[in-house]
Amino acid sequence: MNLVLLFISAALINNVLLSRFLGECPFLGISKSKDSAIGMGLAVIFVITLSGAITWFLNELLVFLGLEYLQTIVFILIIAVLVQFVELFLKKTSPSLYEALGIYLPLITTNCAILGMSLLNIRENYNFIEALINSFGSGCGFALALIIFSAIREKMQLNDVPKAFEGTALALVTVGLLSLAFMGFSGLV
Amino acid sequence: MADIKNFTNGLIKNNPTFVQVLGICPTLATTTSAKNALGMGLATLFALLLSNIVISLIRKIVPENVRIPIYIVVIASFVTVIDLLMHGFLPELWESLGIFIPLIVVNCIIMGRAEAFASKNGVVDSIFDALGNGLGFTGALFLVGSVRELIGNGSILGINVWGNTFKIPLLILAPGAFLTLGMLLAMFNTIGNAKKNQKKKAGAKK
Repeated sequence: MNLVLLFISAALINNVLLSRFLGECPFLGISKSKDSAIGMGLAVIFVITLSGAITWFLNELLVFLGLEYLQTIVFILIIAVLVQFVELFLKKTSPSLYEALGIYLPLITTNCAILGMSLLNIRENYNFIEALINSFGSGCGFALALIIFSAIREKMQLNDVPKAFEGTALALVTVGLLSLAFMGFSGLV
Repeated sequence: MADIKNFTNGLIKNNPTFVQVLGICPTLATTTSAKNALGMGLATLFALLLSNIVISLIRKIVPENVRIPIYIVVIASFVTVIDLLMHGFLPELWESLGIFIPLIVVNCIIMGRAEAFASKNGVVDSIFDALGNGLGFTGALFLVGSVRELIGNGSILGINVWGNTFKIPLLILAPGAFLTLGMLLAMFNTIGNAKKNQKKKAGAKK
């Protein structure tokens, strides 16, 4: 039951995009069409869960060796390698999935949600299962927010907006309202 | 050649936050108060300055193909140093900035300047570029942080301005970050557009 709560809180209440402010660059950059939002969302769910699991084990190793201060360097390198590896692996084994996720995978290395969640798992002292659920939940939350936002943005493209608000300014105000809506979930737990 | 233009370019004309819209995550997350914003801005400035210096020094010996991983290691090393220093000397600030200090590694401004500027220019120019962009970022963060703290809490840098008489606490919460940044961006767009129009008019008269 606790794990269900953890999942809900990672996905909805502490949504990575709307309340933790991680991974905003791809959020604002890739949300112009619904199809690419779905592709990016899936790629993030996949990589964030995998990197959450791997960095958890790596941290145990670093603690064992007494090298915790190398956390940041080791994690970012592992994530960069992992993304490359996933790309190669998908290309060989599942070309259709690779087609769908392909162009979004390299962009994920610089997505701070991945590194951020790995670090958060460790700061919160989660055990392996909790870390896995937390990472997966926040990946799902990322995908959900991204897809909702891209759908709103597709509608907005046809609207006439004040000149000053064109582009990112209007996008940010819209996300603000979306974030306000997501605040309502805080009553869930 | 050292050129002061490299400094002002990053500071105003190509401000990383308001013009290029880079590094949005820390801009939103750490601007709950002017003090946090300033701390984050300065931490980023130091990381940017040190990594720009080193990358411009090693630019001729780094092989083209593996430059990105090397840049990442350089940046991550400096961020680790800053992280440890802040933990030691500014424990309160370190606590309130949380994971956003290690996350300076993935701040696109630093990687962007390394790739676009430091890898092609000399050390002095790179220092100017880093100072311009770093101060531009710090200033933008400070502005967003001040606006949020002033309207959300009635104070700036912890100093009471109008206290409890007028407060919208929402601005300190998550949605407030998006709204404030959106409004400020729109404001700077208006100023930019007005300037462009002025130039056009002046050009037409000639």
